[in-house]
Amino acid sequence: MAEQHVKIRRHREIRRAFRAAFPHTIPIFAGFWFLGLTYGIYMNVSGFSFIYPMLMSITIFAGSIEFVTVNLLLGAFNPLQAFAMALMINARHLFYGISMLEKYRGYGWRSFYLIFGMCDESFSINYTSIIPKDVDRGWFMFFVTALNHFYWFSGSTLGGIFGSLIHFDTEGLDFVMTAMFVVIFLEQWLKEKNHASSLLGLALSLICLIAFGADNFIIPAMLAILILLTMIRRPLEARISSSTDITKETEKGGGQP
Amino acid sequence: MTISQQIITVAMVILATMLTRFLPFLIFPAGRPTPKYVQYLGRVLPSAVFGLLIIYCLKNVSIFTGSRGLPELIAIVLVIILHLWKRQMLLSIAGGTVCYMLLVQFVF
Repeated sequence: MAEQHVKIRRHREIRRAFRAAFPHTIPIFAGFWFLGLTYGIYMNVSGFSFIYPMLMSITIFAGSIEFVTVNLLLGAFNPLQAFAMALMINARHLFYGISMLEKYRGYGWRSFYLIFGMCDESFSINYTSIIPKDVDRGWFMFFVTALNHFYWFSGSTLGGIFGSLIHFDTEGLDFVMTAMFVVIFLEQWLKEKNHASSLLGLALSLICLIAFGADNFIIPAMLAILILLTMIRRPLEARISSSTDITKETEKGGGQP
Repeated sequence: MTISQQIITVAMVILATMLTRFLPFLIFPAGRPTPKYVQYLGRVLPSAVFGLLIIYCLKNVSIFTGSRGLPELIAIVLVIILHLWKRQMLLSIAGGTVCYMLLVQFVF
């Protein structure tokens, strides 16, 4: 009897986490379906069966490199180049991982999945969301990741299956991603007391974009951000140390560590 | 490319992608305290990376040709106003996107 009771409570806990997580992922659904369909269609017209986008969307689950992989598969066999390209394009995950060291630990197999499925969007939501006190953190972050994963997988697969059949005026829908990052940036801006890092991120990226061009600016921008943040560590740390303690306390809620 | 060459290529992409995701967790194991410098980076990097992602989204906008980045600018300003006003994530994103779609399809 008692065992049954625990089981029911556990199910309720999981359901509550799902209900809390789902609304956060709706904008991602729009964005991922649009990009996923585009990616599936792109693979389709490049001569690949829908099996390709289906399997790649599950196993790689990183948008830009999947588009690049289509080109890699069409070119000459060069596994080392494939490895290097993926490493460069996805280097930003290293930043996310460093930021999530504490948040993603301690959930067993869910931790493994959270790290496996860490993309721009799931990181953004899981990093910034203020999770209600009565919602389990581990399950909340799990559902954010799993839903995003599912959106990307289903969009890519459908795109691969239906290929060129889809015709409607979606011009401009890709702005959903831009709008989302603007909102997330703004949320972070409103939360933080010191805007040095936000401003550095915008300014250095813009400078690098102008200097290196659209296809090559990510790596230099990251290096510039890393170097400047390291240089201003002492003064910045002194300024933010008091404010971050407070936000950490309020974010912690009643869930697990 | 043969099927096995394709599998190897995709496997290399998966391996490199997973490396970028798992490396920080492998380098800084749970038991030992994470170095102060890395903790500092974990705290300040996200703000900068979100800034970087905005620029990344806008990387193909040209301010000298075509619509000169005006639809993007108008839509972003709308997103900011909507968000400061209502602070509803979905509303801000949907409002900005619909505005952008109308602008690029009918105005510019």
